[in-house]
Amino acid sequence: MSITRTAPLPPTTVRTSFWRKNQRRLAPRLFLAPGVILFAIYVIWPIFDSLRLSLYDWDGLGEKTWLGFDNYVELFDDEAFYTSLKNNVIWLVLYLLAIPAGLAIAIFLNQTIPGMRLYKSLFFFPFVISQVVVGLMFSWFYAPGFGLFYGLIEAITGTGIAVLADERYVTYGIIAAGLWPQIAYVMILYLTGLNNVSPDQIEAARLDGAKGFRMLWHVILPQLAPATFIAVVVTVIGALRSFDLVSIMTDGGPYGTSRVLSFYMYEQALSEYGYRMGYGAAIAVILFAIMMVFISGFIWKMWREETEH
Amino acid sequence: MFPKPIERSSPAAQLLYKAAVPVALFLWLLPLIGVAMTSVRPASDLAQGNYFGIPSYLAFGNYVEIFTQSNIGWYMVNSFKVTIPTVIGAVAISCMTGFALAVYRFKSNLLLFFMFVAGNFVPFQILMVPVRDLTLQLGVYNTWYGLAMFHIAFQTGFCTLFMRNFIRALPYELIEAARVEGVSEWRIFAYIVVPLMRPAIAALAVLVFTFIWNDFFWATVLTTSAETQPVTAGLSSLNGQWIAQWHLVSAGSILAAVPPVLMFFLMQRHFIAGLTLGATKG
Repeated sequence: MSITRTAPLPPTTVRTSFWRKNQRRLAPRLFLAPGVILFAIYVIWPIFDSLRLSLYDWDGLGEKTWLGFDNYVELFDDEAFYTSLKNNVIWLVLYLLAIPAGLAIAIFLNQTIPGMRLYKSLFFFPFVISQVVVGLMFSWFYAPGFGLFYGLIEAITGTGIAVLADERYVTYGIIAAGLWPQIAYVMILYLTGLNNVSPDQIEAARLDGAKGFRMLWHVILPQLAPATFIAVVVTVIGALRSFDLVSIMTDGGPYGTSRVLSFYMYEQALSEYGYRMGYGAAIAVILFAIMMVFISGFIWKMWREETEH
Repeated sequence: MFPKPIERSSPAAQLLYKAAVPVALFLWLLPLIGVAMTSVRPASDLAQGNYFGIPSYLAFGNYVEIFTQSNIGWYMVNSFKVTIPTVIGAVAISCMTGFALAVYRFKSNLLLFFMFVAGNFVPFQILMVPVRDLTLQLGVYNTWYGLAMFHIAFQTGFCTLFMRNFIRALPYELIEAARVEGVSEWRIFAYIVVPLMRPAIAALAVLVFTFIWNDFFWATVLTTSAETQPVTAGLSSLNGQWIAQWHLVSAGSILAAVPPVLMFFLMQRHFIAGLTLGATKG
């Protein structure tokens, strides 16, 4: 290669040879520097700063007042906090339905008829669209008086339901909107997984008389384990991150009954009634703690796989 | 193949299946189809209660109207201004971090790798107050580049995970051989590894484009005015202005969905390869 010929010019020899000797050691640091610095400033440090801020009373501009754990004590008596926490649990549980539903659609679509590629991409569509747009679509879908869903319920039961204005149904209505793109995502994970299932094992199992659900459970699902792992990760994270849909579809209403922690935190920290950054940070810390339970689980599994080989 | 290929079933079952797929698709996309229909429905139809019937004519004027009556054109431009630099920045930076973590052995390697992975999963709210404050302090609050800077940093987490795993799967002998030849580390990166990373770069570029275009939370936290807000945040405020004007809300929604949808269709293979990385044995 040409570098060996161009390198030994007298003035640069010293620097070059220092670089030559140490580049294996220095190169990774230089390659990592921009990414690590940016990530540390914008992601790692803010986590610790939020932990610290949650112990203060702060309006975002003026002096911070030390409170100790008062923000957390206040949370314990905060009705809205419990509503949000309860809704987060509902989100988490119902969001996991995306996994069987996505698997079902993937199995349904795993055929080779003409035009199947296009069908699959169209089924995947909801995931590509912004959650803001998904929220607006479902608001239209649920709209009292003329919404498709409203009309459907009215036709069946005689009285329509204004899902987004009804405390009993609002959270479920928003979750249904969230499930739409989430199912599409899980579907694509499983379609890829199904594509790579070993045909030999299926044929062998067929010869043994396995079919239908038994085949799925004993032969297919074990081979789909990597897809299932990713599906669980993205679904749990997606459920706990839910913010866009709540904000677009109901703005937390009616009477704050559709709030989730991420939304409530935003509301407290940047609300029109004054900024309570410290209190908001405390809510964020609780949400972070809940997520850490899952994140550590995922990381633990990935870590084991990494260190095994 | 699982389930059993449909070609092995009776002709009747095959016919039934071929009919069932488009019907299922229609039901699945009903909210989208409904909104797309509404976006070309004249306002007069809505006033007369014609919500689902055939529009009396195709009112593409709705799309003209949203451009003349609102800032949606600017919102779209702002979205591009945030999204494109983020794609370039995050992909470039993660090529380097991914390379470093995949190729070199050093003590903190796995630790740094898992820092990127874990950071990628945290809830946005734990970052919100400090990031907003930092953005204000740097004097880049309510600018497209202030928003893009944060996005670049945050996306680096996911992109590093992706790039590192991709480079790991490349044949390491290539790098060894180049080192024996005396090729410098930088040249190994730039002339040997980067060209092999093209599929990964394409996959990440479409994914990051979609993620950032669709971002709503950070857009509302870090930008406030029509001159800087991307289309997701803009649409949210327009939704407040256009109460009950569903033909306009629908046209705006469809417009905001077009760029990521186009991106997906043009780069479908890369998009799905990126999204399903690790979904098979890996």
